[in-house]
This record gives sequence, structure tokens and C-alpha cells, in this order.
Amino acid sequence: MLEAHNLSAERGATRLFSDLSFKVGTGEALMITGANGTGKTTLLRMLAGLSAPAAGEIRWRGQIVKPFDPRLRGAVAFAGHPIALKDELTAEENLAAAAALSGEPASPDAVRSALEVVSLSRQRSLPARVLSQGQRRRIGLARLTLVRRVLWLLDEPVTALDAAGTALLARLVGEHVQTGGLAIAATHTPLILPQVRLHSLALA
Amino acid sequence: MAASNKYKLSSPAAFYPVAGRMIPWFGASAAVLAAIGLWIGLWLAPTDFAQGDAYRIIFIHVPAAWMSMFIYLVMAFWSALGLGFNTRLSAMMAQSLAPTGALMTLIALFTGSLWGRPTWGTYWAWDARMTSELILLFLYLGIIALRNAIDDPRRADRACAVLSLVGAINVPIIYFSVRWWNTLHQGSSVSLSAAPRMAAVMLAGMLILAFAAWFYTIAVALCRVRVIMLERESGSGWVSELFALNIVHLKKA
Amino acid sequence: MNTAAPVPAPASLADSALPAGGIFAALRWSLVRDLKVAMRSRSELGVQLLFYIIVVSLFPLASNPERTLLAAIGPGVLWVAALLASLLSLPRLFAGDYGDGTLEQIALSPHPLEALVSGKILAHWLTAGLPVTLLAPLLGIQYAMDGESLAVLAAALLIGTPILSLLGGIGAALTLGLRGGGSLLALLILPLYVPVLIFGAGAVEAVRAGLGATANLSLLGAGLLVAMVGAPFAAAAAVRIALD
Repeated sequence: MLEAHNLSAERGATRLFSDLSFKVGTGEALMITGANGTGKTTLLRMLAGLSAPAAGEIRWRGQIVKPFDPRLRGAVAFAGHPIALKDELTAEENLAAAAALSGEPASPDAVRSALEVVSLSRQRSLPARVLSQGQRRRIGLARLTLVRRVLWLLDEPVTALDAAGTALLARLVGEHVQTGGLAIAATHTPLILPQVRLHSLALA
Repeated sequence: MAASNKYKLSSPAAFYPVAGRMIPWFGASAAVLAAIGLWIGLWLAPTDFAQGDAYRIIFIHVPAAWMSMFIYLVMAFWSALGLGFNTRLSAMMAQSLAPTGALMTLIALFTGSLWGRPTWGTYWAWDARMTSELILLFLYLGIIALRNAIDDPRRADRACAVLSLVGAINVPIIYFSVRWWNTLHQGSSVSLSAAPRMAAVMLAGMLILAFAAWFYTIAVALCRVRVIMLERESGSGWVSELFALNIVHLKKA
Repeated sequence: MNTAAPVPAPASLADSALPAGGIFAALRWSLVRDLKVAMRSRSELGVQLLFYIIVVSLFPLASNPERTLLAAIGPGVLWVAALLASLLSLPRLFAGDYGDGTLEQIALSPHPLEALVSGKILAHWLTAGLPVTLLAPLLGIQYAMDGESLAVLAAALLIGTPILSLLGGIGAALTLGLRGGGSLLALLILPLYVPVLIFGAGAVEAVRAGLGATANLSLLGAGLLVAMVGAPFAAAAAVRIALD
């Protein structure tokens, strides 16, 4: 269970949001919506433990977590705006490196089946440089399935995905949540997730 | 407010008025001490017979050189405190000290070179102390430049703190290495310590001027930290209250 | 759309503890990955090495190609050029990972960040400091340096260039994503390089003066130990600050 208590965020002298409180439990998803510049990404980065809130606290499983807390680092899969792919490495190598970085090295078979899920089997030995934005997003999805974290934090996950990709994303998030995971997404276009307890939070 | 007095002072809102009350005292003490020190240095101290009156520049040079190193240590101390305990005020203090530290270093370099002309016959010699002082100036300028390059004050505080601490560990190593290099190339310089034998009255003048420089630094740093506080906390309650109060005072007047 | 593909079995959703292999697994991960990335953009490495060669070749043109003068300024020139070459290649250390989002993943990994950063610094040295070290004795011949001087120069660079990568890593992390990053990095880092320059070039000078290089080389070695212990922590802290 992830809880936020009275979070506030500042950028320079302007206050993005303040006194934000919410809870996301096991098997639940949260969609954060709001116009540009309302602090969606900032909030997501706080929850990931990348930056400290100006005020308030974040609790993970009841315990207060500070930025870069080891408990949070072992639980979070963060999919930020740049997709964290090395242009020089192939799709396969990128995924294998990401899995090893997460502390659970994946077998070549596991990497291949993760690429198959996102329909990129044919591109597996192409360098990431030549892939389209949508394909790169899909590798990001494959990473989520490969690194096996409880808490998914997704920043604008729909960007650059086609209709099939969006449906795939919704299916993966749905399955993740239904098998006991948590998902929080900051997005302009809310995902359609039937059979999932969906909270929503609008930043203004 | 159960916090003890000691901790209360570490909040900008509480420190702002205290700093304001302290500034005139430190400023006035600095002025008085500087007057006494200069009087000793320029009139009371005897003319040196090897160097004539040129040596009198040490009354400015030596206190400035002392302060340039001392301020760096104090800045590193506040930086460490800010990084360790995440106190806003410590980082602001470190920020407010850097320009004065750079100024003192610059004065030490400038007066050193003015003194070098009559004693060494040149404005610049690669003397160990002058060279260390030059590198110290680069360290100060690096910290100031890093702060200016970062928009977010919190990131700037922490980045400058890391740099100050790395620099503080490096300063003794730099000083040692420059001395080492200097002894390897002996003959190229005459040490500044070839100054006239120190009479008690000269030492007194130098110490008094060192205290004057110290109090000046405190006064200026407090002025600067007050401005930084207003700048950073312009959105918060205590600043608006402060200005509301001032307006009330103005209306009464 | 391909919904037929099997989804991997649901994750074992327990929090993973500190990953197996500890510090060395983390160090190896970033070392191997950075070397792989560097090898796929070899031309960049070659250009940086060419920069070193060109800078070194400019000095005789700017002064007098007289053998005793060249032998006197040679060690200093080779060292200053090594400092500049290190500075030029430093942005490669973190900026790429910062730009494509990998640095966030690295900082959020359960592996200790200090170890991951150390691996990256080691990779930087292997692709920037080591080539310079290997090339320097060759360029020293242009400067009419004798065999013993060349050997000491290589030894000093071998001990000294890792310090450059370690200290440079701190500066590279501090200046991530900042305006005027390159020149700012030079202002922050070059003053910190001074002791390395003095002891490194001093080692060759000492040999020429008949004093023996042991003292200089041991001081460089001590500096390397201190930097190896301290710099990864400072660089890791700087990375976290840059991401905030």
C-alpha cells in the first residue's frame, strides 16, 4: 500500500500542488490527470523516490520512505518520459541490461518472450536507434513485464503508442493490478481498465 | 512551539530579525577595529629599514589571506551541516559567504602582487602561497558559477555543498602539492616570510585588522543572508507579514 | 495487434532484497554496459585521442623545437594535454544516461549507486585515461625525452589518470543538464586536478634532476587511494542531487 500525506511540491518559487493525500492499495490503480504544468510528472517522481516533496510524507507499506529509500527501490518500476534505452544497444541487450540492473538478471528466453508480448520479436537484434517512438515505448512495456516490480509508476504511458499498443498497455496494467500489483499513471488520456479498482486524482 | 530556542533560530523566519539586529553591531565593530588597526599599521609601526614603507601592505595582505582560507572552512562547515541535516539556513549561510571569500582572496592576491613589486622586483612570482591563493580563487569562483548555473535553489544548495566539501578536502592537498613543487624549483622565488622581523606592535595591528575583516565578513554575510531569505521565501507567510508590518509602520509615520 | 502471445507468469511480487552479487555485480554491470556502448561509438574515442595528439604537437610549434627545451617542457605538456583530454571526455560519463533516462533507472536500482558509479568511472578510465597513458611515451619521443623519463611518465600517468576520472566524475555529475556545462565543468574540475598535475609532471622532473621518482609516485598512489575511497560517494551524491 502506498500512501501520500499532505504532499506539496514547488518549482522555484511557484507552488505546483499542496496538501495532496491519497492511498493506493494492492490490486488498485490510480490515474493522475491534469493540464500541462500541474505537477503530474513531479508527483510521479516523488512517489518513485527520485525527488523529495517540499512538505508531507510518503509511506510504503506503512513506513515513511525518503528519496532513494532501499525499500522503495526494490519495489518500484518507474517508466519516465525518456524511455531509458541506450541507442547503441539492441532491443534485446537493452532489456537484458535493465533486468540485470533491477537485480534479477533475465535469461535470453525470458527477454525474447517479453519482446514477443509487445510484438517486437522481429526487431530484437536491431539497435534502439533505428526503432520508432512507438516501438521504443513497447520496449518500455516489455521492461515492465520483465523486471517484476510491485509498484508501476507510468509517466504518460500512452504517448506515441498506436491503438493496438494502447490496448496492450491497458491489458498489461490490468493483469498487473489483478495479480496483486499497484499501478499509478500520469496521463492525459485515462486508460480503460475494466475489472480494476480505479482511483483518479485531478491536479489543477 | 515546543522547540527549544536553539532550534528555533535555525528557521529563517526567526533568524531574519535577529540577523537584522546583529548587523549594526558587527558593522560598527569592524569599522572601529579597522580604524585602530590602520592607525597602528600606518602610523605607529616603525618604518622597516630593508623595505621602507612598502611592507605596510602586509596589514591588509595578511588578514585578507587569513580570512580567504578561514571563510572557505566556515563555508564548508555550513555546507556539511546543510547536507547532513537538510537545514535551509545552513545552505543560505554558505551561499552568503562565498562572494566575500572570493573578495578576500582577490584582495590577498592583489596586495601580494603590489608588495611583490618592491620586494621581488616583479608583480607576480610563482611563490607557493600566491599560487595556492590563486587556485583558492578558482575554487570560490567555481562554487559561485555552479550556483548561478542552477535554477532550483535546493539543487543549487546541495550541489554547491558537495563541491565545497570536495574542495575543502582538496585545499590542504593543493597547498601541500604547490609547496612541494615550489621547493623542487627553488631559486625562482623569494618567500614572503622574508618580511621584517615582527615587532609586537605590528603583530597587534595585524591581529586587530584580522578581527576587523572577520566582523566585516559576518556583517556582510548577514546582510546577504537576509536578502537570500526574502528572495527564497517570498511566497511564505512570514515574509508577507513582515511587509504588512512595514506598511503599517509607514502609515503611522 | 498481438494478443495471442503469452504473458509471462505474474511477477513474484515480493520486494526484492539487496540483489545477489553485491557491490561487484553492480560494478561489473555498469563497467560492461558502458564499455559496450563506448565500443559501439568507437569513432568518438578515436577523435578524443586525436585531440590529445594534436594538442601535444602544437607546443613545439608555439615555442622553439630545440631539444633541451623540448625535453624540459615535455612532461608538463604531456600532462596538461592529458588533463584537457580527460576534461573533454568527461561529459560522456553521465550526460548520455541523463539524457535518455537511464540514469534514473540506475539511481532507482536496488544495487548500491556508489558501486554502479564506480563501474562507470572505471569504464571512463579504460576508454579515456588508459589510451592516453599508452600513447604518451610515444609522443614523449617527439619531445626528446630519454628512456627512463618515458618509463616514469607512463608510470605516473598510469597512477594519475584514474584520479582524473574519479575527480572528474564528481564534476560531471554536478554539472548534469546545466547551461554552459562544458566550460563550467572545466572551472570546477581543473583546480582540483592541480595536485595530480604537480606530482605527475614532477615525477619526470625529479628523474631528470637525478632525485628519483619514488616520492612523487607514492604521493600519486596515496592520492589515488583517497580518491578511490571518497570520489564514488561524492559522485553518487551528486547524481542523486542532479536527478532531484
